[in-house]
Amino acid sequence: MLAFDYRRPLVIEDALSLKKEWGVSSSLLMGGTDLFLAIDEGARSPEMLIDLKNIKELKTLEEKEGYVIIGAGTTYSELIDSELIHSTLPGIWESSRLVASMGVRNAATLVGNICNAVPSAESAAPLLVRDAMVHLSSLKENRIIPINDFFTGPRKTVLQSDEILTKVAVPLVMGEFGESYVKLGRYRGEDIAQVGVSVFVDSDFNYKIAYCAVGPVPMRIPKAEDLLRGKDISPELIEKAQAAILDTVSPIADIRASREYRIHMCRIMFEKAVGAAVSRMKTSQPEYGIRLI
Amino acid sequence: MVREIEFILNGFNQTLSVKPSEKLIDVLRDRLGVTSVKYGCGKGECGACTINLDGKTVRSCLMYAVEIDGRTIETIEGFPRLGKREIQDIYIKHNAFQCGFCAPGFILSTEELLNMISDPSEEEIKEALAGNLCRCTGYKNILEAVAEMVDIRKREKAL
Repeated sequence: MLAFDYRRPLVIEDALSLKKEWGVSSSLLMGGTDLFLAIDEGARSPEMLIDLKNIKELKTLEEKEGYVIIGAGTTYSELIDSELIHSTLPGIWESSRLVASMGVRNAATLVGNICNAVPSAESAAPLLVRDAMVHLSSLKENRIIPINDFFTGPRKTVLQSDEILTKVAVPLVMGEFGESYVKLGRYRGEDIAQVGVSVFVDSDFNYKIAYCAVGPVPMRIPKAEDLLRGKDISPELIEKAQAAILDTVSPIADIRASREYRIHMCRIMFEKAVGAAVSRMKTSQPEYGIRLI
Repeated sequence: MVREIEFILNGFNQTLSVKPSEKLIDVLRDRLGVTSVKYGCGKGECGACTINLDGKTVRSCLMYAVEIDGRTIETIEGFPRLGKREIQDIYIKHNAFQCGFCAPGFILSTEELLNMISDPSEEEIKEALAGNLCRCTGYKNILEAVAEMVDIRKREKAL
């Protein structure tokens, strides 16, 4: 039988005190779209639910000292409606539009998505290619770590039992750049990516490539990035990069897609994603938000 | 472990004692008689349980009742009070329901879309309704109903 207590602190310090007191037997609640099901299905059974929705400082969405700060309380709908996100983090904007459906995006948060840390975490890939930093707080210390070091396994992160991920800071990029996010889903309004890929490229042709749903954790593909560095794309180069990608990813077969299908789509989707990113860097076309597959 | 919560439901103040584990959808249906809110998939995928919470549609099957303390809920039961028959009438005109199970969710999503974008494209209509599943109509009649609604609003604006 489900039985848990519930608190709704108004300031982060009180939330951190509760987290320290209750540790692993507590769960943090924001949008709740993942946590609710985890509790319902018995995957999580907290004794204390700490609802963070009324903590104002977690609702931050602003540009500050060279970073775009996305507070833990920022919903996907708020990201999509934000001109700041559209203009500075278009890859995150593009991917946010593909998360589930409007009624879910009105509640679900980007920070919740990465804390849930499923291999298919939609927002991980666009954050990875922008070298985002995650801010973790506990009563004893604050830590800032690169998103690339955040995920440690399926549903596992470096978050300690007394910590709260308060915000994600994404460095602004000066100069021209292009990025893209391509998602393979079953149908529109569907929440889970079978494969997701993000590509970032700047005007010196420095590429960053990240995938989700094709390994135990969302991942960058340094081998492919190195191959492409400094060069404009060509069919031959894309083929080499695709080979490097397939060397790195290790998709599983599950109810949504076979391993072979995922591997095939890793190739196809990379070609679409890198093509769109380079074209956007050069010409600002195709516009962000257009479906690329 | 019982909590007292206060919220506004369709214009009326409500005070209730709830256990933290009570689901919002169950409280709305079983304790408050708001039966337009349907239990479909229970996973936030079908949209049958859609409510409007502080101006935004959300899934009442993915929330605990205790979370809505201090907030404002509108469901389709509140539409007559607000004089909002229009979307329902257009849906009826286009035969955009058969069993009607999905209809309250579709109508709330349509309402939210039209509040956000006065002249949505077909693409924007499809995106706004992508989280509502209908197993009867094949969606064609629903899209036609929303398209007519958009036209009517445009004409009203032009006058």
